[in-house]
Formats: sequence, structure tokens, C-alpha cells
Amino acid sequence: MPGKTKVMKKPVRTLADQSYLLEVVKGLGTTLKHFFQGTGQMVSGNVPDAVKYPLAEGIATISYPEEKRPYAERWRGVHRLTHRDDGSPRCVACLCCSTACPAQCIYIKPGEYPEGDKRRGYERYPVEFVIDELRCIFCGFCVEACPCDAIRMDTGTHMTAFDEKSAFIYDKDKLMSIVSQHGTQKSENPRHEPGEATHPGIDRLRGGH
Amino acid sequence: MLFWISTTLKVLVAIGFLAQVAAILLWVERKQSAMMQNRIGPNRATIKIGRFEIRAAGLVHSIADGIKMVWKADWEPTGGDHLLYRLAPIIAIVPALCLCAVIPFGPTVFIDHARDLYDPAWATDAAVAARSVPLQIANLDVGVLFVFAVAGAGVIGAALAGWSSDNKFSLMGGLRAASQMVSYEVAMGISLVGAMMIYQTVRLDEMVTWQMQNCWGIFVQPVAFVLFCTAAIAETKRVPFDTPEGESELVAGYFTEYAGLKMAMFASGEFVEVCVSSALITTIFLGGWQFPFVQLTGFEFHYFGINISWHWAHFIVVLVSFLSFCLKCVFLIFMQLQVRWTLPRFRYDQIMKLGWRMLLPAALLNVLVTGTVLLFLNSPGAH
Ligand code: SF4
Ligand code: SF4
Repeated sequence: MPGKTKVMKKPVRTLADQSYLLEVVKGLGTTLKHFFQGTGQMVSGNVPDAVKYPLAEGIATISYPEEKRPYAERWRGVHRLTHRDDGSPRCVACLCCSTACPAQCIYIKPGEYPEGDKRRGYERYPVEFVIDELRCIFCGFCVEACPCDAIRMDTGTHMTAFDEKSAFIYDKDKLMSIVSQHGTQKSENPRHEPGEATHPGIDRLRGGH
Repeated sequence: MLFWISTTLKVLVAIGFLAQVAAILLWVERKQSAMMQNRIGPNRATIKIGRFEIRAAGLVHSIADGIKMVWKADWEPTGGDHLLYRLAPIIAIVPALCLCAVIPFGPTVFIDHARDLYDPAWATDAAVAARSVPLQIANLDVGVLFVFAVAGAGVIGAALAGWSSDNKFSLMGGLRAASQMVSYEVAMGISLVGAMMIYQTVRLDEMVTWQMQNCWGIFVQPVAFVLFCTAAIAETKRVPFDTPEGESELVAGYFTEYAGLKMAMFASGEFVEVCVSSALITTIFLGGWQFPFVQLTGFEFHYFGINISWHWAHFIVVLVSFLSFCLKCVFLIFMQLQVRWTLPRFRYDQIMKLGWRMLLPAALLNVLVTGTVLLFLNSPGAH
């Protein structure tokens, strides 16, 4: 069945439109209406809560640092490095994030765990983990790339405007100190340490190393 | 003696007022536009005295701006004409200040008879008239013509600023300002001819008197009122007629190269012009200082067979008149700001077309119609 065709009518310009004067008066009417509405709200203190009712009539300003618009769960804020149960970073220094980063703003110096650590031989750990937040374009690719859920952007925080560039270079300690929107330093995905029964991979005990 | 004291006082009050007007209008403009656009507007500037914080609904921002302007680097372009460059802001603001000299903001005050009922004989009595103070700084015989001459001088400031800045954007802005202001002055002048024909005078105080005795100019010259308002807004070079500044194509037009206080002079000059043009429109079309149905003797209503006379002492009439003048000016300033935040900017060629092809012919037609009607009314057979 052929679809219905809707013929758009060309807008007609009447003499009244052309003379402009009438339209000026109409426009003034609209702006005056808003002016008196806004002034009335300000004077009577009846300003709608723009955070809760963003579409309410009238003043829609959110006084930013004091009032904040809630962000969606998946909104990408400043990065954080998630913790394991023992407080060490979940990051295994695989360099996936720094490879994926289009802005090339992640620097990781990987290191081996010391002899005797049960993670030695399975994974490495970041000796240094630096993100240049000034270069970052907040694309979230690093979060997508991470196989360990070690880097997340669920902090719900903006990048702060610092006075000097060096303040934007976030190092490992800084990144690990940042908490998520819900105040946790962990990730919701459980972490399975090598040697635990839940560990999915081959390990020394089960795989015959 | 009285003349000199009163004139000095009037000049000081007028200049003092106009010097403040920019700061106040800056606040009004910011707040008004904020309300129109469902915003709060600037309100963060704070004066802290101990535990007290004064924000004054954003008025402190004007003070902060003033302080900022003073402390800005007074940068000057290395090329260009230095003398003209420094002169231009002064030339731009002085004519606007001069204009307020001829605007009557109240009836003549007879000092010795402040508590008496007005008597027309006072004006003719030499002894009484000698001790009277007209509420107008300079009562010139040429009145409106002086207004045009001085307002025309304002264009020189903008043109010189554009020329002396040694910058192409400035030059373009200066050229646009010059051609726009000259074009609209023509329409502005001719739109008033009809009013002058009816009032039979070019003196501003006599225009007000005529309107008090007959009716407001807006009712006898509605077309001229619209034309004059349009041309007056164009003369202030503000949106929708701000192509001389044209941020989108000319950076800041003729004052691109100005910084600090010189830039502030241009900016406040604009506000002074808004204020003065409002006063002018009030005087010529809205009855000046006259409050509806208030004559020099008090409240007089003699229409539809109803006769109400409520006599007031002279000083009350003066007070009411002065307040009514202020009220009308405030209303017109408000409307001008409203227009500025409502209409989008015209293109440059549209401005020129509007000026020469619409306003000018309409103004000429207005003169023709007014003249014809007056001729019929005044011809011997008409009565
Ligand atoms: S958000 Fe994008 S740009 Fe920023 S660090 Fe991650 S991958 Fe790099
Ligand atoms: S992708 Fe994850 S585990 Fe790998 S280096 Fe980056 S943060 Fe560490």
C-alpha cells in the first residue's frame, strides 16, 4: 500500500506579517508575559524547583554549586580506580585502556608482584597510573576496554577547574581515592582472586602449572 | 543670582543622574532580560561586611563592573591616530549629555507662591517671574533643532573611533554607524515636522504646554510617534539596530580596540542615549511632565458633562508633574530595553531599506496629511 503523502503548505506571508509592526507587538507581548511571570515568581519567592520540575513554567535557573541536577547512572564523570577487598587496585596493568584511549592521556607503568605473592605470574599491577584529565575527552573508551572493571567513570563529578595544569594530572593515589556516586570504592562486579574456588581461569592449583 | 544657583544645581543634578544611569540601567537590563528568559540573572557579586553579605539582587555587579573597568589595562593600538582615538569616546558621550539640557522635566516653579493656587498672572508679573525657576536647564528658542544638531554630533564619535583604531573591523563598524545614524536622522527629523506644524513651535516647553491644553502628541501624531520611536532606537545603535557593533561579524565594531574606561564610556553612552531619547519622546509625544487631567491649578476633569475641579497648591502640582515625567521616562526606558531583548538584529541592508524606503516616505506622507488636515481646519470656511 503506498504511503500517504502529506503536502506541506508553504507558509503565506500576509501583509500584516510583512509590515512587521504587528509581529513586533506580538513578540513584545510574549516577552512581557515572561517578564511579569518571572518577576512575580522572584518577588513572591514562588520559584519552581528547577531540579525536580525542569519543565515547570517560569524561572528555570539551577543555582549550580548549591543545587545540582542529578546525573544519570551512566553519566561519565571523573575517573576512579576501583579497589579490591584488600584495598589494592583492581587494575592488572594490561594497558587495554591506555591503548584504547583516543586522546592518549593514560600512562601506566606496569610492575610484577613481588616473589611469593600469590598473584605473581598471573597478573601485574600498576606501579604508576596517571591520567591527564585535561587531555581526556571523557569518551569512556577506557572504561569499555577494561577487562577487570578496574577503571570507572561513575563518580558523578565534574572535572574541577584548577588554577594550574599540573593539578589536572591525576596519579594513582588520587584516582584510587575518588569514590563512586554511591560512595563506594569497589565495583559491583565481584572480583575473583587467583586461588579462590570461584576463579574462572586456570591457576596453579587447578591447571597444573 | 537665583538664576545662576538654580542653573548650576540643575546641571549638577542632571549630569549626576546621567552618570549613574549607566550603572543602574546595566542592572535593569541584566535583570529584565533574565526575567524575560526565565533566568535569575547575575546575583553572585557580594559585599562582605563582617557577617553581613550584601548582594542587593545583583546591583553589586554594577559596582564590580565599574571597579573592573577602572583597573583594566588601558591598552591602545600602536597604529592609528592617537589623538582622535582618545577624543572619540568623549565626543560620543558628550552630545548625549548635552541633550538633557533642553528637556523640560517640570513646570516653572514660582518660589514665592509655593503654597498658593496657580495664577496665570504670575508669569506676566515681572517681580514674580524674576523669582521663578523653570525646570529645564536651557530654554532655547530653537528647541528641537538643537536636539537634532547635537544628536547628529554623536555620530562623529563613533566614526572617529572606527577610523582612528587602525583596525578593519573598527573601520567597518564606524562606517556602518555613520551611515546608519545619518540615514535615521533624516527620518527622525521629518517625522517631527508634522508635530511641529501642530504645536506651532519648536520650543520643547511650549510643546508640553500645548499638549497640556489640548491633548498628548501621540493622539494627534500616532504615525510620527511610531516613526520617531523607531528612528530613536536606531540612533542609540542598540539591538535590533546594532550592526555597527555586530558581534557576529565585526567583533565589537567601532569600539573593538577600546579597553577599560574608554570602552565604558561608549557603553554608558549608549545607556545615556536610551535615557535621553526616552525623555525626548516623553516630551514630544507623551505630554512631557503633564499628568493626565492635571492642569497647573490641579486636577481638572471636564469631559462628558462631568466637571471635577480639585485645586492643589502650586508645589504639589510641580511635584506631581515631575514624578509623572519620571514615570513616563521609566516606562519608555523599560519598553526600549524590552524591544532590545525581543527583536533579533536586522541585516545591514535591511536597516538601510527600512530607513530610506519605509520610514522616510512614511514620514513625508505624514507631513503631507498633517498639512492638508491643518489647512482644512484652519481655512475660514471650516468653522
Ligand atoms: S575517557 Fe576516553 S579520553 Fe578519557 S582517559 Fe578514558 S579513553 Fe582516554
Ligand atoms: S584496562 Fe583496566 S586493568 Fe587494564 S590497565 Fe587499564 S585499568 Fe588496568
